Amino acid sequence: MYHHKTIAELSRGLAAGEYTSEQLTRHFLQRIEVHGTALNCFITVTADEALTQAREADQRRARGEAGPLTGIPMVHKDIFCTDGVKTSCGSKMLDNFIAPYDATVVRKLKEAGMPLLGKANMDEFAMGSSNETSFYGPVKNPWNTGTVPGGSSGGSAAIVAARLAPLATGTDTGGSIRQPAALCGVTGLKPTYGRVSRYGMIAFASSLDQGGPMTGNAEDAAWVLNVMAGFDVRDSTSVEREVPDYRSGLERPLDGLRIGLPQEYFGEGLNIEVAKVIEVAIEQYKQLGAEVIEISLPNSKRSVPTYYVVAPAECSSNLSRFDGVRFGYRCEEPKDLEDLYKRSRGEGFGSEVKRRIMIGTYALSAGYYDAYYLKAQKMRHLISDDFKQAFESVDVIMGPTAPDVAFELGAKSDDPVSMYLSDIYTIAANLAGLPGMSIPAGFVNDLPVGLQIIGNYFDEARLLNVAHQYQQTTDWHTRTPDAFM
Amino acid sequence: MSLQKEDVVKIAHLARLAIDEADIPGYARNLSSILRLIEEMDVVDTEAVTPMAHPLDMVQRLRDDVVSEENRRECFQKIAPQVENGLYLVPQVIE
Repeated sequence: MYHHKTIAELSRGLAAGEYTSEQLTRHFLQRIEVHGTALNCFITVTADEALTQAREADQRRARGEAGPLTGIPMVHKDIFCTDGVKTSCGSKMLDNFIAPYDATVVRKLKEAGMPLLGKANMDEFAMGSSNETSFYGPVKNPWNTGTVPGGSSGGSAAIVAARLAPLATGTDTGGSIRQPAALCGVTGLKPTYGRVSRYGMIAFASSLDQGGPMTGNAEDAAWVLNVMAGFDVRDSTSVEREVPDYRSGLERPLDGLRIGLPQEYFGEGLNIEVAKVIEVAIEQYKQLGAEVIEISLPNSKRSVPTYYVVAPAECSSNLSRFDGVRFGYRCEEPKDLEDLYKRSRGEGFGSEVKRRIMIGTYALSAGYYDAYYLKAQKMRHLISDDFKQAFESVDVIMGPTAPDVAFELGAKSDDPVSMYLSDIYTIAANLAGLPGMSIPAGFVNDLPVGLQIIGNYFDEARLLNVAHQYQQTTDWHTRTPDAFM
Repeated sequence: MSLQKEDVVKIAHLARLAIDEADIPGYARNLSSILRLIEEMDVVDTEAVTPMAHPLDMVQRLRDDVVSEENRRECFQKIAPQVENGLYLVPQVIE
């Protein structure tokens, strides 16, 4: 069936005229109708728009103007602004927000001819590691609906894992693509900071946020990144640098690949069964010709404390725009302007978002700036330097994406610090701005385990090559939960 | 660092967030535990380290000072909570 095909296969099938985009789109819409509600993975389903866009894609193909992705339906995380379509960011604050323009990523994938099936559920304003902070309720993990899918791109991960779409976009500020990709058994890529435009991607922490693809395998991610990546004059931190064809290097052999294993990623706090799965994956890489080198990232264990200054500080500033005046939620009967601000924000934001705004406000307030924000920026330098040094002797760094498999719904919702530690292995790459991936590498208790691969700046092609070669000799990425066959 | 009830009230005011009286002890407890996590940074000596504000060495791009955006006032005001004659309405500020 269509939903077991990769993007590359679907592209060939469409080109050969075996099926139309309308047929594909109807098929995925029907799967969404059957499974979407139980998984709670969609905030909005855009069935009419999808079918219109699918018919346009078919016409475009008939005119001989189809590109490689034309006609393949997809989903956007609800953090990307979609012109004329509700864009909630998982928050009551934006429950009534119909975006008046397209994000650059949305425009590019639309121009490539990909019909939009809908908008994926997510943690509120991308703040969470379990999808439980969403105003629209938690997403369920397709592998075990009693467990979380990870977050914040949990809806996107669940959608790809349950084969409700061959592609969902995600965003990653501290692990929000990689950690849910690991917990749901899909392939997720966070590109180098600045590689993919942030224009129209609702800002959480602007020096860390980066969008990327979540797909069934690395080859598909390469096809999609070819379109998503590139300079954008509308994003002041977008990098002016040529985009290579990410598909062209996929088949490169791994002979002589130097893999760095940071000792800090295999210590206390890591589930021993997860560690064993990762060790088996590393063995597989040795079989493929790679050389393994022990490395150390000594400051990486301070990455979570550092992140919980930098990200909340930037979030408290970014989220000050939500004031109940120009768009979004406004409280009833405000008695004066201050009451309007305070109650619109107090009622419109959920408790995790309020916690982070308050931490950021505190860290930036008079008398505390040096002790928190300045200190964290210095730590960020040390964490980043660790990677620079490591990449002098290795090509990629590997380890677990998350310290454990998916946990039960509700297990960590009352304990923010224990939730934050879910991202202990992913955050450092964001602080340094490096690209990272998570690929499926096995199972523990019938739940997926993700292998993380971190690369040097703008080395996405290498990451995709390293992931693709592994996927040529393993089949973890082809597994589908029984209920979604 | 352990936050007291009055600290939470002050921070919430600075952040322009209305929070329920009943939720204040919970916020004090959670925020204090987050601050304890953050303070794990303190064991590292950063005296000689320069702060890093941004992951990439970049300079701010400049462009010619010409109009690049069209006027979409009506479109943007359609999604506002309250507008009148092209203006955003808020409660009266000056008595």
